[in-house]
Amino acid sequence: MSSASLRTDKLTRQFGGHTAVNAVSASFHPGELTVIVGPNGAGKTTYFNLISGQLWPSSGHIFKGETEITGFSPSSRAKAGVGRAFQLTNLFPQLSVLENVRLAVQAQHGLGHVIFRTARSFKKLRDEAHAYLEATRLDRVAHLPVTALPHGDQRKLEIALLLALKPDVFMFDEPTAGMSVDEAPVILELIEEIKKDASKTVLLVEHKMDVVRSLADRIIVLHNGELVADGLPDEVIALPIVREIYLGIPAEDAA
Amino acid sequence: MTDATLAATSRHAIGRTGRFIVYAIVGLIGVCLFLAPFLFPDVRSQEVASRICVFIVLVASYDLLIGYTGIVSFAHTMFFGIGAYGAAIALKLMGPTWTALLTGGVIALVVSLLLAALVGMLSLRVKAIFFAMVTLAAASVMAVLASQLSDFTGGEDGVIYKIPKLFSPATKLLTDENGKVLKIFGVSANGKMALYYFVFFGSLLLYLVMMRIVASPLGTVLEAVRENEMRAEALGYRVVFYRTAIFCIAALIATCAGVMRAVWLKYTGPDTSLSFAIMIDILLMVVIGGMGTMLGAIIGATLMSLAQYYLKDLMEIASEATAGIPLLPDLLAPDRWLLWLGILFVLLVYFFPAGIAGTLMKKGAH
Repeated sequence: MSSASLRTDKLTRQFGGHTAVNAVSASFHPGELTVIVGPNGAGKTTYFNLISGQLWPSSGHIFKGETEITGFSPSSRAKAGVGRAFQLTNLFPQLSVLENVRLAVQAQHGLGHVIFRTARSFKKLRDEAHAYLEATRLDRVAHLPVTALPHGDQRKLEIALLLALKPDVFMFDEPTAGMSVDEAPVILELIEEIKKDASKTVLLVEHKMDVVRSLADRIIVLHNGELVADGLPDEVIALPIVREIYLGIPAEDAA
Repeated sequence: MTDATLAATSRHAIGRTGRFIVYAIVGLIGVCLFLAPFLFPDVRSQEVASRICVFIVLVASYDLLIGYTGIVSFAHTMFFGIGAYGAAIALKLMGPTWTALLTGGVIALVVSLLLAALVGMLSLRVKAIFFAMVTLAAASVMAVLASQLSDFTGGEDGVIYKIPKLFSPATKLLTDENGKVLKIFGVSANGKMALYYFVFFGSLLLYLVMMRIVASPLGTVLEAVRENEMRAEALGYRVVFYRTAIFCIAALIATCAGVMRAVWLKYTGPDTSLSFAIMIDILLMVVIGGMGTMLGAIIGATLMSLAQYYLKDLMEIASEATAGIPLLPDLLAPDRWLLWLGILFVLLVYFFPAGIAGTLMKKGAH
């Protein structure tokens, strides 16, 4: 297998006496889509926050390729190619949908500091932003402020922002949560699309078993902050411990 | 379309009418300020017009901080004061020359930039409330320094100085065939007019620079920082850098405004540049005009300056007009003008919660 694009080494985070993520070591490879599963409170989102930099680890290391990024700020990690979509919608509410995506596009082009040219005059930025809005079927609401969007559209915009960053490592935190049945496929198709690109690494936190089964190349199970299983989807789902902690079936019943 | 998007679209249409009203008001103010020497040639009106010009710049630069980026600073008058004192002291020491004005201005800009960068880098990482306290402390220190270093600043008395000869009333900008100063619509084209247009075009230029800044990619990043700092950082924008940068830019613009004010007044003292009363004026103007709109600065600065200068006169007239009626003349007595100004503010904030321009141009829900 090719060398890891993202690696965590004994990554640990404690909140007071509670260990939310406990010595999680895992490598993620280009061309691979890893689904991270686990019950609520298992530490999935904390693990994501440690990787994208919203939280500092108590101990352990994070590597992007060969570079250690443990001490990087979130903005430096984004520039290093680790992109993240958030579980709870996390956008710029008073700005228009188009401006939200343009912010991501302009960050990707490193044009945020440009001061004596109007943003409008960067046709390239606008066109690119529009392309992501079309891909996420948001082009019709491009000029509305985010606050005017229904929840499902806000979720799609969240994804559009991540796509626009063109990261090497995509991190999706329950991308289809709260979406209606006809909206979710749009997002899942986009993730499929990314998955086809052999240079991209995808990390996905997901609860819905059908989504997990259809997308996952590999499944990691977190439980009480510890990595308890790691392997091919069918193998992992079949493990008694997984059935117990994740599906709530006691091991003896499952056996 | 869903109900939510339909509702938003109709709000959009309402916003369009509001936007037209705001543009009309701003256009009217702009024309009045441009023609002020001809429309309102008396000394007091000239002072009001020039104060409005300078305060539009000062308030707009403050809006870059509080309205666009969400930075609460109480040090804006400090930078305004540095500009005013820089120009004042240089003109006093070096004589009324352009070199003196330029030297004073440049030194003031450098001092402002250094101070802003220092305050910004040291404390923009911390919570907003703590940053506000730091700026308050810095502004107080500067005010104390200005009053204590009296050899240099004239203390509480301030500095009186002469300004370049071009701006003296005796200067003839244009002459008629007899060699006398030319009158345009009955107004002498003398140095006073040159001085007013120095302030007017200086302010216009600075304002246009700020309009360009908010329309630039950087301007959108500033709004992103205000809206969701954490997400801006996650997109790859270093929030501390952007905050410090705009804090420095706003400080430089406030410094330029201070220089213009000092040239206009030919006097600089704590009350005209560094006092906390000016800081409160700026805050009220930005809130009344509408935060994060830029155009709000024009409306807020104009409305408030007019009220401060003319409400008293207006009340005197009203008080006399109602002389026969019981109670009313007492209520409208010109001595009570501050009470009525207060009531006016409360009403404005009540009916225009996002400021006049902000409420009229509102683009989304809320």
